Amino acid sequence: MRLGLAGIAISILLGLLCAVAQYFKIPVLRQIVAVYIEISRNTPLLVQLFFIFYGLPKIGIQTDAVICGIIGLAFLGGSYMAEAFRSGLEAIPPIQTETALSLGMSKWQTMRYVVLPQALSVSVPGFMANIIFLLKETSVFSAISLMDLMFTAKDLMGLYHKTTECLFLLVVFYLLILLPVSLLGSLLERRLRHAGFGS
Amino acid sequence: MAVRVLADNQPETLLSIENIVKKFGDNTVLNDISLQVHKGEVIVIIGPSGCGKSTLLRCINALEPIQGGQIKLNGQTIDPNGKDLTELRQKVGMVFQSYDLFPHLSVIDNILLAPCKVQKRDRAQVKEEALALLARVGLQDKAESFPRELSGGQKQRVAIVRALCMHPEVLLFDEVTAALDPEMVREVLDVVLQLAAQGRTMLIVTHEMQFAKAIADRIIFLDGGKILEDAPPEQFFNHPQTERAQQFLNIFEFEVVKPHPAPQA
Repeated sequence: MRLGLAGIAISILLGLLCAVAQYFKIPVLRQIVAVYIEISRNTPLLVQLFFIFYGLPKIGIQTDAVICGIIGLAFLGGSYMAEAFRSGLEAIPPIQTETALSLGMSKWQTMRYVVLPQALSVSVPGFMANIIFLLKETSVFSAISLMDLMFTAKDLMGLYHKTTECLFLLVVFYLLILLPVSLLGSLLERRLRHAGFGS
Repeated sequence: MAVRVLADNQPETLLSIENIVKKFGDNTVLNDISLQVHKGEVIVIIGPSGCGKSTLLRCINALEPIQGGQIKLNGQTIDPNGKDLTELRQKVGMVFQSYDLFPHLSVIDNILLAPCKVQKRDRAQVKEEALALLARVGLQDKAESFPRELSGGQKQRVAIVRALCMHPEVLLFDEVTAALDPEMVREVLDVVLQLAAQGRTMLIVTHEMQFAKAIADRIIFLDGGKILEDAPPEQFFNHPQTERAQQFLNIFEFEVVKPHPAPQA
């Protein structure tokens, strides 16, 4: 769980950086980001995890499973977050930027005080959906020997031979974790809608 | 109001536009435009839509790159790639047709953002100034409101105050009343008239001919990317020199199509 949060936190940061790099059309960086997003979105997390877990030691980087899990999640999540933020950035009309510039703001000040705050609230729905998606994806972590819910459930099945009950519990536990996140998301969305826009 | 007419000695040139050319692809929008704006002068730019009026204002604020000529403010060239661009822009206030307040900020935060973040001025001091200006435009009680709670005319007045708080030397107004209904047009134009009376230097693009007549020191008539006329309002409206200007002015006249009084039933 903590692992999931760390991975998500990094993915948010990574996503934001990628989205801003694309928004400003920073040469080179922008192409790198585009390639990264395609790779990361078009391969399953399990494959990415195997790649990191078994691949990295081959080139001499020794990491434990926890770090691999975080990297994997951040790698996958970063691209999804980037896309969510990008749609937010693109939703802000260019005249907002022009107004800010005409007031003498620099590009970065415009981004920070005018465009980003608005873009972030537009991105909230996509952003929350991504968090839920990433939390669910942690279910493949057992494949690289991490203790996740899935792993625990299989463990219990082995111990007590009560497959149906264990699977049922598994569903319940996932719901227990994700429903509050989901609710929080809708709450946040409604708050933001009240706070601004729709002029 | 005639005080601001520059009778005594040589007026100081504030903004100097020299032979600028602006193209969008193959389409030449501004073709060799030159214009001197003196301190305290109010210039109204009129012309048919698509003639490049708005583009001219946008070029002055370096929101559009130009393909030829140069624009100087106080003798300093406005260079879209220059380092001091943000400094120059602080001296040129611009108000747009669609108000463009920042929707996520309250009225007062909209106004304070740039003075505090860009000019690093003391927040309390700017706020005092902003509230005084809001009071002058009749919006003293709206400081904490959000833009979505205001009418179009109110938003536009806030946008004007926001530009004023940067202490610009020139103000550019780009069809600031085009999206408003008549009563709101009046509210906003009254504010602009006030500014003229204070002796502010302004470039105004508008379709309000009566207003242009009242406020302008000079009327610039733009068509096909060229300045066709540059004259005091009395001369322009009463004796336009070019046929094109005459044609344009005729658009604002209507002829009676029904005989009066209407025939009794």
